[in-house]
Amino acid sequence: MVGQTQGHSQETIDLKDPALAAFLGWLVPGLGHLYQGRTAKGILFLVCILGTFVYGVYLGGNSEVGWGRVVYMSFHPEDQRLHFLCQAGVGLAAMPAVIQAFWLRRGEQAQNPGQKPREPLWGSFMAPPRLPSDRSSNRPTLDDLHKKLHHYFELGTLYTMIAGLLNILAIYDAWAGPVREEEAEAENRPSEEGVVSKASPEAGSEPPESRAFGSGEPRGIDPTPS
Amino acid sequence: MNPVLLLAQLGWMYLGYAIPLIVVISLVYAATRHEDLRAIGRHAFGCAMWIIGLMVVVGLIMAVVSAWL
Repeated sequence: MVGQTQGHSQETIDLKDPALAAFLGWLVPGLGHLYQGRTAKGILFLVCILGTFVYGVYLGGNSEVGWGRVVYMSFHPEDQRLHFLCQAGVGLAAMPAVIQAFWLRRGEQAQNPGQKPREPLWGSFMAPPRLPSDRSSNRPTLDDLHKKLHHYFELGTLYTMIAGLLNILAIYDAWAGPVREEEAEAENRPSEEGVVSKASPEAGSEPPESRAFGSGEPRGIDPTPS
Repeated sequence: MNPVLLLAQLGWMYLGYAIPLIVVISLVYAATRHEDLRAIGRHAFGCAMWIIGLMVVVGLIMAVVSAWL
Protein backbone atom coordinates (compact mmCIF):
# COMPACT_ATOMS: atom_id res chain seq x y z
CA MET A 1 0.00 0.00 0.00
CA VAL A 2 1.33 3.45 -0.85
CA GLY A 3 0.22 6.89 0.26
CA GLN A 4 1.39 10.45 0.86
CA THR A 5 1.57 12.33 4.15
CA GLN A 6 3.04 15.85 4.64
CA GLY A 7 5.49 15.55 1.77
CA HIS A 8 6.75 12.12 2.81
CA SER A 9 6.36 9.24 0.44
CA GLN A 10 4.69 6.61 2.55
CA GLU A 11 4.95 2.87 2.30
CA THR A 12 2.50 1.20 4.59
CA ILE A 13 3.12 -1.97 6.55
CA ASP A 14 0.14 -4.25 6.68
CA LEU A 15 0.29 -5.84 10.11
CA LYS A 16 -2.63 -8.12 9.20
CA ASP A 17 -3.90 -9.52 12.50
CA PRO A 18 -1.43 -8.05 15.06
CA ALA A 19 -2.56 -10.39 17.86
CA LEU A 20 -2.05 -13.47 15.70
CA ALA A 21 1.30 -12.12 14.50
CA ALA A 22 2.40 -11.55 18.09
CA PHE A 23 1.33 -15.06 19.06
CA LEU A 24 3.15 -16.57 16.08
CA GLY A 25 6.18 -14.44 16.96
CA TRP A 26 6.15 -15.93 20.45
CA LEU A 27 5.81 -19.49 19.14
CA VAL A 28 8.78 -19.16 16.78
CA PRO A 29 10.89 -15.98 16.72
CA GLY A 30 10.28 -14.14 13.46
CA LEU A 31 7.26 -16.23 12.44
CA GLY A 32 4.91 -13.31 13.09
CA HIS A 33 6.91 -11.15 10.69
CA LEU A 34 6.93 -13.89 8.07
CA TYR A 35 3.14 -14.08 8.43
CA GLN A 36 2.96 -10.31 7.87
CA GLY A 37 5.14 -10.58 4.78
CA ARG A 38 8.08 -8.82 6.46
CA THR A 39 10.35 -11.62 5.32
CA ALA A 40 13.79 -10.05 5.79
CA LYS A 41 13.06 -8.99 9.36
CA GLY A 42 11.45 -12.34 10.09
CA ILE A 43 14.56 -14.19 8.99
CA LEU A 44 16.76 -11.74 10.90
CA PHE A 45 14.82 -12.32 14.12
CA LEU A 46 14.71 -16.08 13.53
CA VAL A 47 18.46 -16.39 12.99
CA CYS A 48 19.52 -13.95 15.72
CA ILE A 49 17.14 -15.01 18.49
CA LEU A 50 16.92 -18.73 17.83
CA GLY A 51 20.68 -18.86 17.17
CA THR A 52 21.38 -17.22 20.53
CA PHE A 53 19.01 -19.60 22.29
CA VAL A 54 20.45 -22.71 20.62
CA TYR A 55 24.00 -21.60 21.41
CA GLY A 56 22.98 -21.09 25.06
CA VAL A 57 21.43 -24.57 25.11
CA TYR A 58 24.67 -25.95 23.65
CA LEU A 59 26.82 -24.14 26.24
CA GLY A 60 24.59 -25.26 29.11
CA GLY A 61 24.96 -28.99 28.73
CA ASN A 62 27.13 -31.86 27.67
CA SER A 63 26.80 -35.51 26.79
CA GLU A 64 27.37 -36.53 30.41
CA VAL A 65 24.67 -34.48 32.20
CA GLY A 66 22.42 -33.98 29.16
CA TRP A 67 21.94 -31.03 26.86
CA GLY A 68 20.09 -27.83 27.61
CA ARG A 69 20.32 -28.19 31.39
CA VAL A 70 20.25 -24.40 31.80
CA VAL A 71 16.67 -24.24 30.53
CA TYR A 72 14.36 -25.90 33.02
CA MET A 73 11.15 -25.07 34.82
CA SER A 74 11.08 -25.33 38.59
CA PHE A 75 9.20 -23.19 41.07
CA HIS A 76 9.87 -25.41 44.07
CA PRO A 77 10.91 -23.40 47.18
CA GLU A 78 14.28 -25.21 47.12
CA ASP A 79 14.96 -24.25 43.51
CA GLN A 80 13.00 -21.34 42.11
CA ARG A 81 14.22 -21.05 38.55
CA LEU A 82 12.96 -17.54 37.81
CA HIS A 83 15.34 -17.40 34.83
CA PHE A 84 12.81 -19.54 33.01
CA LEU A 85 10.37 -16.61 32.95
CA CYS A 86 12.82 -14.89 30.58
CA GLN A 87 13.74 -18.07 28.69
CA ALA A 88 10.07 -18.85 28.02
CA GLY A 89 9.91 -15.71 25.88
CA VAL A 90 11.49 -17.70 23.07
CA GLY A 91 8.34 -19.83 22.75
CA LEU A 92 8.21 -23.39 21.48
CA ALA A 93 11.96 -23.83 21.77
CA ALA A 94 11.66 -23.63 25.57
CA MET A 95 8.58 -25.84 25.84
CA PRO A 96 10.47 -29.13 26.34
CA ALA A 97 11.34 -27.73 29.78
CA VAL A 98 7.64 -27.44 30.61
CA ILE A 99 6.96 -30.99 29.41
CA GLN A 100 9.89 -32.33 31.44
CA ALA A 101 8.75 -30.52 34.58
CA PHE A 102 5.19 -31.86 34.31
CA TRP A 103 6.43 -35.36 33.41
CA LEU A 104 8.65 -35.57 36.49
CA ARG A 105 6.08 -33.88 38.75
CA ARG A 106 3.37 -36.33 37.69
CA GLY A 107 5.83 -39.16 38.28
CA GLU A 108 6.48 -37.98 41.82
CA GLN A 109 2.77 -37.69 42.56
CA ALA A 110 1.97 -41.15 41.19
CA GLN A 111 4.98 -42.83 42.74
CA ASN A 112 4.27 -45.63 45.20
CA PRO A 113 6.60 -46.31 48.16
CA GLY A 114 9.57 -48.38 47.05
CA GLN A 115 8.87 -47.77 43.39
CA LYS A 116 11.68 -46.57 41.13
CA PRO A 117 11.32 -42.82 40.36
CA ARG A 118 10.40 -41.73 36.86
CA GLU A 119 13.37 -40.86 34.64
CA PRO A 120 13.48 -37.64 32.57
CA LEU A 121 12.59 -37.78 28.89
CA TRP A 122 14.94 -37.34 25.93
CA GLY A 123 18.20 -37.98 27.76
CA SER A 124 17.47 -35.28 30.39
CA PHE A 125 17.15 -32.55 27.73
CA MET A 126 15.95 -29.44 29.63
CA ALA A 127 15.16 -31.56 32.66
CA PRO A 128 15.15 -29.89 36.09
CA PRO A 129 17.96 -30.96 38.42
CA ARG A 130 17.20 -33.14 41.40
CA LEU A 131 16.33 -31.22 44.55
CA PRO A 132 18.91 -31.57 47.36
CA SER A 133 16.26 -33.03 49.65
CA ASP A 134 15.27 -35.68 47.09
CA ARG A 135 17.30 -38.85 47.71
CA SER A 136 15.18 -41.12 45.56
CA SER A 137 17.27 -40.85 42.37
CA ASN A 138 20.84 -40.27 41.30
CA ARG A 139 20.06 -37.41 38.90
CA PRO A 140 22.45 -34.44 39.26
CA THR A 141 21.51 -31.60 41.58
CA LEU A 142 21.98 -27.94 40.70
CA ASP A 143 25.31 -28.01 42.52
CA ASP A 144 26.40 -31.00 40.43
CA LEU A 145 25.49 -29.16 37.23
CA HIS A 146 27.54 -26.16 38.31
CA LYS A 147 30.49 -28.38 39.14
CA LYS A 148 30.36 -30.26 35.85
CA LEU A 149 29.57 -27.35 33.53
CA HIS A 150 31.69 -24.73 35.34
CA HIS A 151 31.15 -21.22 33.97
CA TYR A 152 29.30 -22.57 30.95
CA PHE A 153 26.23 -23.01 33.14
CA GLU A 154 26.10 -19.25 33.75
CA LEU A 155 26.95 -18.44 30.13
CA GLY A 156 24.25 -20.76 28.83
CA THR A 157 21.75 -19.27 31.25
CA LEU A 158 22.70 -15.77 30.11
CA TYR A 159 22.43 -16.56 26.41
CA THR A 160 19.06 -18.28 26.73
CA MET A 161 17.64 -15.52 28.94
CA ILE A 162 18.76 -12.81 26.53
CA ALA A 163 17.24 -14.74 23.61
CA GLY A 164 13.89 -14.86 25.41
CA LEU A 165 14.00 -11.17 26.28
CA LEU A 166 14.99 -10.19 22.73
CA ASN A 167 12.04 -12.11 21.41
CA ILE A 168 9.75 -9.92 23.49
CA LEU A 169 11.09 -6.95 21.51
CA ALA A 170 10.43 -8.87 18.29
CA ILE A 171 6.90 -9.75 19.44
CA TYR A 172 6.21 -6.08 20.15
CA ASP A 173 7.49 -5.21 16.68
CA ALA A 174 5.12 -7.77 15.15
CA TRP A 175 2.26 -6.39 17.24
CA ALA A 176 2.75 -2.67 16.73
CA GLY A 177 5.23 -2.17 13.90
CA PRO A 178 8.62 -0.48 14.28
CA VAL A 179 9.10 2.00 17.12
CA ARG A 180 9.13 5.59 15.89
CA GLU A 181 9.90 9.03 17.18
CA GLU A 182 6.92 10.92 18.55
CA GLU A 183 6.72 13.34 15.65
CA ALA A 184 6.73 10.61 13.07
CA GLU A 185 4.21 8.68 15.11
CA ALA A 186 1.88 11.65 14.97
CA GLU A 187 2.33 11.86 11.19
CA ASN A 188 1.97 8.18 10.61
CA ARG A 189 -0.96 7.54 12.93
CA PRO A 190 -2.69 4.40 11.61
CA SER A 191 -5.77 5.30 9.71
CA GLU A 192 -7.24 1.86 10.04
CA GLU A 193 -7.01 -1.03 12.45
CA GLY A 194 -3.83 -3.06 12.13
CA VAL A 195 -2.12 -0.84 9.52
CA VAL A 196 0.80 1.52 10.17
CA SER A 197 2.82 3.45 7.64
CA LYS A 198 6.53 4.00 7.18
CA ALA A 199 8.39 6.62 5.21
CA SER A 200 10.26 5.34 2.20
CA PRO A 201 14.00 6.06 2.21
CA GLU A 202 13.78 6.69 -1.51
CA ALA A 203 11.45 9.64 -0.98
CA GLY A 204 14.21 12.25 -1.04
CA SER A 205 13.00 13.85 2.18
CA GLU A 206 14.14 12.69 5.57
CA PRO A 207 12.52 9.47 6.70
CA PRO A 208 11.15 9.45 10.24
CA GLU A 209 13.24 6.46 11.27
CA SER A 210 16.44 8.39 10.67
CA ARG A 211 15.71 10.68 13.61
CA ALA A 212 16.50 10.13 17.24
CA PHE A 213 13.66 8.64 19.22
CA GLY A 214 11.65 11.36 20.93
CA SER A 215 14.01 14.24 20.09
CA GLY A 216 13.19 15.13 16.50
CA GLU A 217 16.91 15.63 15.81
CA PRO A 218 18.87 13.62 13.24
CA ARG A 219 20.79 10.77 14.82
CA GLY A 220 24.53 10.54 14.25
CA ILE A 221 24.58 6.78 13.93
CA ASP A 222 21.83 6.74 11.35
CA PRO A 223 22.66 9.37 8.72
CA THR A 224 19.86 10.81 6.71
CA PRO A 225 19.92 9.83 3.05
CA SER A 226 20.01 12.88 0.75
CA MET B 1 53.37 -18.91 34.31
CA ASN B 2 52.26 -16.41 36.90
CA PRO B 3 48.78 -17.57 38.05
CA VAL B 4 47.54 -13.99 38.30
CA LEU B 5 48.48 -13.36 34.66
CA LEU B 6 46.85 -16.63 33.67
CA LEU B 7 43.61 -15.60 35.40
CA ALA B 8 43.76 -12.19 33.71
CA GLN B 9 44.12 -13.89 30.32
CA LEU B 10 41.15 -16.14 31.09
CA GLY B 11 39.15 -13.04 31.99
CA TRP B 12 39.90 -11.52 28.60
CA MET B 13 38.95 -14.82 26.96
CA TYR B 14 35.53 -14.71 28.64
CA LEU B 15 34.93 -11.30 27.10
CA GLY B 16 34.79 -13.06 23.74
CA TYR B 17 31.42 -14.47 24.74
CA ALA B 18 30.10 -10.91 24.84
CA ILE B 19 30.74 -10.37 21.13
CA PRO B 20 27.90 -12.54 19.76
CA LEU B 21 25.56 -11.04 22.33
CA ILE B 22 26.49 -7.48 21.38
CA VAL B 23 25.96 -8.28 17.70
CA VAL B 24 22.60 -9.96 18.26
CA ILE B 25 21.28 -7.35 20.69
CA SER B 26 22.29 -4.53 18.34
CA LEU B 27 20.68 -6.19 15.33
CA VAL B 28 17.41 -7.01 17.09
CA TYR B 29 17.19 -3.58 18.72
CA ALA B 30 17.84 -1.86 15.40
CA ALA B 31 15.31 -4.10 13.65
CA THR B 32 12.59 -2.96 16.05
CA ARG B 33 13.12 0.63 14.83
CA HIS B 34 13.50 0.25 11.08
CA GLU B 35 12.09 -1.75 8.19
CA ASP B 36 14.86 -1.13 5.70
CA LEU B 37 17.77 -3.59 6.07
CA ARG B 38 20.40 -0.96 5.30
CA ALA B 39 18.98 1.30 8.01
CA ILE B 40 18.95 -1.68 10.38
CA GLY B 41 22.60 -2.37 9.60
CA ARG B 42 23.64 1.25 10.16
CA HIS B 43 21.70 1.52 13.39
CA ALA B 44 23.01 -1.85 14.62
CA PHE B 45 26.61 -0.81 13.95
CA GLY B 46 26.13 2.42 15.87
CA CYS B 47 24.40 0.59 18.68
CA ALA B 48 27.21 -1.98 18.92
CA MET B 49 29.82 0.78 19.04
CA TRP B 50 27.84 2.51 21.76
CA ILE B 51 27.67 -0.69 23.84
CA ILE B 52 31.39 -1.40 23.39
CA GLY B 53 32.22 2.20 24.27
CA LEU B 54 30.14 1.98 27.41
CA MET B 55 31.82 -1.29 28.37
CA VAL B 56 35.26 0.27 27.86
CA VAL B 57 34.35 3.30 29.97
CA VAL B 58 32.91 1.14 32.76
CA GLY B 59 35.96 -1.15 32.54
CA LEU B 60 38.32 1.81 32.84
CA ILE B 61 36.41 3.15 35.83
CA MET B 62 36.55 -0.29 37.45
CA ALA B 63 40.30 -0.50 36.75
CA VAL B 64 40.91 2.92 38.32
CA VAL B 65 38.72 2.11 41.33
CA SER B 66 40.40 -1.27 41.81
CA ALA B 67 43.81 0.40 41.73
CA TRP B 68 42.76 2.42 44.78
CA LEU B 69 41.57 -0.62 46.73
